[in-house]
Amino acid sequence: MTSRSDADGLIEDLVTDLRPVRRLAPPWLRAAGWLLVVLAAAAVLSRFGDLHALVRRLAAEIDMQMALAGSTVTAVLATLAAFQLSLPDRSRAWALLPLPTAALWLGSSGMGCLDMWLQPGMAIGTISGAADDCMMLVVGISLPLSILLFLMLRRARPLRPGLVAGMGGLAAAAAAASLLWIVHPFETAASAVAVHVVAVLIVIGLARVAGSRALGG
Amino acid sequence: MDTPDAAERRRGELMAAAQAGDGAAYAALLRDCLPTIRAIARRRGLSPDRAEDAVQEVLLTIHRVRHTYDPSRPFSAWLRAITERRVIDALRRDGRRQAREVHDPIAMEAEPDGTPEPGDAIDAIRQMGQVRAALASLPPRQREAVEQIGLRGRSLAEAAEATGRTKVTLKVNLHRALKTLRTRIGGDADA
Repeated sequence: MTSRSDADGLIEDLVTDLRPVRRLAPPWLRAAGWLLVVLAAAAVLSRFGDLHALVRRLAAEIDMQMALAGSTVTAVLATLAAFQLSLPDRSRAWALLPLPTAALWLGSSGMGCLDMWLQPGMAIGTISGAADDCMMLVVGISLPLSILLFLMLRRARPLRPGLVAGMGGLAAAAAAASLLWIVHPFETAASAVAVHVVAVLIVIGLARVAGSRALGG
Repeated sequence: MDTPDAAERRRGELMAAAQAGDGAAYAALLRDCLPTIRAIARRRGLSPDRAEDAVQEVLLTIHRVRHTYDPSRPFSAWLRAITERRVIDALRRDGRRQAREVHDPIAMEAEPDGTPEPGDAIDAIRQMGQVRAALASLPPRQREAVEQIGLRGRSLAEAAEATGRTKVTLKVNLHRALKTLRTRIGGDADA
């Protein structure tokens, strides 16, 4: 029965290695901590953005209202799901939580894009210039938020790093998309909204690849 | 004999004590978990030998993520989730290893032979190929332990510093890697 003594020997080693550990806070509390940082970022960005213009644009376009509501709620739900999924005994079904609002967000963004393309006389140069800036903003805002989120998620040493990383990427991208509305520099906000989709997919893809390695290490 | 509820409560209490650093509670809990882990591993189709490897993986994982256990939740669900995850990992590794082993002989035949004595050279290449293939087929963490301690000659402490893993983890990984290599390369000599 040598194999049995292997396990017993390992238990002795682990007991020798035992140190008191600080239990993780509940996932909702940890999610709230990160969302507070996002809120603080929103407060800082609002000093540079034109909130009145944002309110006017939102009042005028239903697509924008839905996209903003969708991205904001997706950020909250994806953050909660990521922290839940980082724990071993939580159901994978948590991954489904942000999907309906993500569909609303990305769907209404797509509608905004379609509206823009249907507008007569829309210059292609305007679209591509807006797209570049928009892409840079989403990725630029997502990056520090993602790093912080991943550092927090890493504390749980997730057993499903790929899934947690993907969910974390979705949370960071959705939060960045919401923050972007505050500082959006374009007159036709809808013209850049579709670019969010591409930027978001890039952020989620990067998070899935780089994040799962970081979380699994 | 504990009722299921009492046993569940007792395990939860032992884990909470272990989180606070109580070694005796921790040892009692881990020993208490062994039958459950073995039962899940075997039910999932692991051979007794592979099941024992999986048991050690589960014990190491419990140790690494012990801070994630919430005493207000059932301990057995936490344990079962970790065990299922590690057993699935073991099954996937087995699948990948079998797929590689099918192709390894072809790779060895493709090795260039630059020595004047073809018979000896083929044997040497075959042995080198066996060692390389056996090393390559090790799970990444076991291979890392062999490379750090076995090949680079680092001490446990140096290897722990270089890899960011604990000395216990490295020791267990090295032990398991050598056991696997012995079986694959020197199996005939041991028999």
